[in-house]
Order: sequence, then structure tokens, then C-alpha cells
Amino acid sequence: MDAPRSARQRWMSVLARADTGVLRRLLNQRAPLPAYTVLRGPEGGLAMVRGRAGGGGAAFNLGEMTVTRCSVSTEAGFVGHAYIQGRDTARAELAALADALMQDPLQAESIEKHVIAPLEHQQALKRAERAGKAAATKVQFFTMRTMRT
Amino acid sequence: MTPGFADPVADSQACFRTILDVMARPGHVRSVSGITAPAPLCDAAAAVLLTLLDHETPLWLDPEAEAARPWIAFHTGAPHGASFAMALSLPDLTRFPAGTDEMPETSATIIVQVASLTAGRAYRLEGPGLRQPAVVRIAGLPDDFASIWQRNHALFPRGIDLILCAGNTLTALPRSVSVTKA
Repeated sequence: MDAPRSARQRWMSVLARADTGVLRRLLNQRAPLPAYTVLRGPEGGLAMVRGRAGGGGAAFNLGEMTVTRCSVSTEAGFVGHAYIQGRDTARAELAALADALMQDPLQAESIEKHVIAPLEHQQALKRAERAGKAAATKVQFFTMRTMRT
Repeated sequence: MTPGFADPVADSQACFRTILDVMARPGHVRSVSGITAPAPLCDAAAAVLLTLLDHETPLWLDPEAEAARPWIAFHTGAPHGASFAMALSLPDLTRFPAGTDEMPETSATIIVQVASLTAGRAYRLEGPGLRQPAVVRIAGLPDDFASIWQRNHALFPRGIDLILCAGNTLTALPRSVSVTKA
């Protein structure tokens, strides 16, 4: 039942970053939401974020972040999970449902086309825009080494 | 896969209170609600597992109950071990940790699923928590249960604690109670 790990990681990460309103709209546009059972949650909790200073530094606890998780089961028996940043329970539930549907061979193609791909595209644009803005503020330090080359 | 407690906080707290009550009054039969157990577990056994287990409480699961393992793993995350045991029939008690005289709390608590707690063979219970000896009827324990239990009871303060479950009812036999055939 488990899809290959890397493919599932990709769509779960896209779903975890999605905006609640957009995710709900995309899922509903495709077809009415199928019936499902909530197995756990949605419930909030904390996850410790660990960091490492430089390449060789020892790991340290950066701080805790809020995480909301949810697991649902579709009528076809596929179990979907979602772990998202923040406290948006509706988003966690929708993301878990979309994860379950992505594992269903009958639904995966349609969800990929109508939900995952548009979200991924939108997220890539947003990331590029931010990266572009950040790049424009980059300061070039002309050190001895860069001046020589 | 099916959900756990309908209302995880309230139902598990109510179930915990029920477990405390039956441990304090051996042989009293109480019921639990708010859960639909996965086969082959009964509702009471499933409720006890969800209430007592988490990722720090190792569980030994009866091979006969293997079908329920994914459900238990998903809802509790309990690792393999034997702080708790879930059995569909009474296992050999001597195979489980009975604790030490210095640390009797390290013994195992075994949850045993039986056929009935209202019909069957009658046992007479005596010990702490019982002002007068109580009689409890249990169907589904081995014929020589009274002598098996007396050997466990004799280890006190060491020994195994039992939680017996049938349908949505449960009762407990802590190590302190003495069991004889009635």
C-alpha cells in the first residue's frame, strides 16, 4: 500500500506548505470530498527543532515549534497522515485526506493534476520571488581573494 | 484501521479511573465505553491498552492477537518488551518479570481477555480492598487457575497484576489478592 518514500515525501511536503483556502478550493473543484474517518486528531503539539552551528558543531536545541497532526482513513482503506507547522486543524485534516487519496491508484492521477501540481507550481513561484528579492539585497564583499581573481 | 477513543481525553481519563477502581476493589466488575476495538481484541482490552500505553511502556502482544498490532502501534507507539502484556488466554505467568523485592513496581501487568466476567467458574477473593471475601465468576481461565494464582500471590510484594477483560467489562486481580475456588 505504501507508495515509494521519496514520491510520498514530495507530495506530503507540498500539502504541508499549502494554504488552507487554496487547498480546500482545489480539492473541492476536482470532485466532492469523499467520505473518510478521522483516526487521530487533528491535534496540536510541540516538536523540538534542533540546529547545528557550522558543519562540525554539536547539535543544540533551537526551540520548540507548534505542530498539528491528523490521520484519516478513506472508505477504500487508505490511511493518510499530515504533520503541519502551526495550529490550523482544518489544514491538517485536508492535507491528511489528500495524502490518503494520493495513495489510492484510482485517485492519485487526478489529485496530482488538480491539487499537487498547481500547489507545487505556486509554491515554487513564491520561493523564487522571495529568493529574487533576497538576492537583490546581497552585499558583495570584495576580499583580497575575490579581487585577485 | 479504525479510530481509538471517540473523545480521547475524557474517555481515557474515565477508563483510567475505572482501572484504578477495579485494582482497588479486586473482583468488582465495571464497564468502559467510547471505543470500538479492532479484531481480535474486546472493547475493554482495547480501552485499557490505549489508556495505559505510550511510547515508554513496552508491550508483549499475544501472537494470536497479531492482527491488532498495527492498530496498537498507531495509537500508542508502544515498543516491544513486557511492562505490559496483552493476551487472549492466560499465559505462563512465570515468563513475565515479577519485579524485585527492592523494586516490586517493575513487574508486568497482564491484560487477559476472557469469555465472561458474569458466568463461569466461581472464585473466592480475599485481601486488601475487600472487607469481606468476594465471589467472582470468570469463564475462560485455565482449570488450575486458583493454584497458578496462589503461586503468584505467594511472591508478594513481587508478582504479576492481572486485568481481566470480557466484552466492554473489566475487573482486576492485583498480586495482593488471594484466590481460591468457591
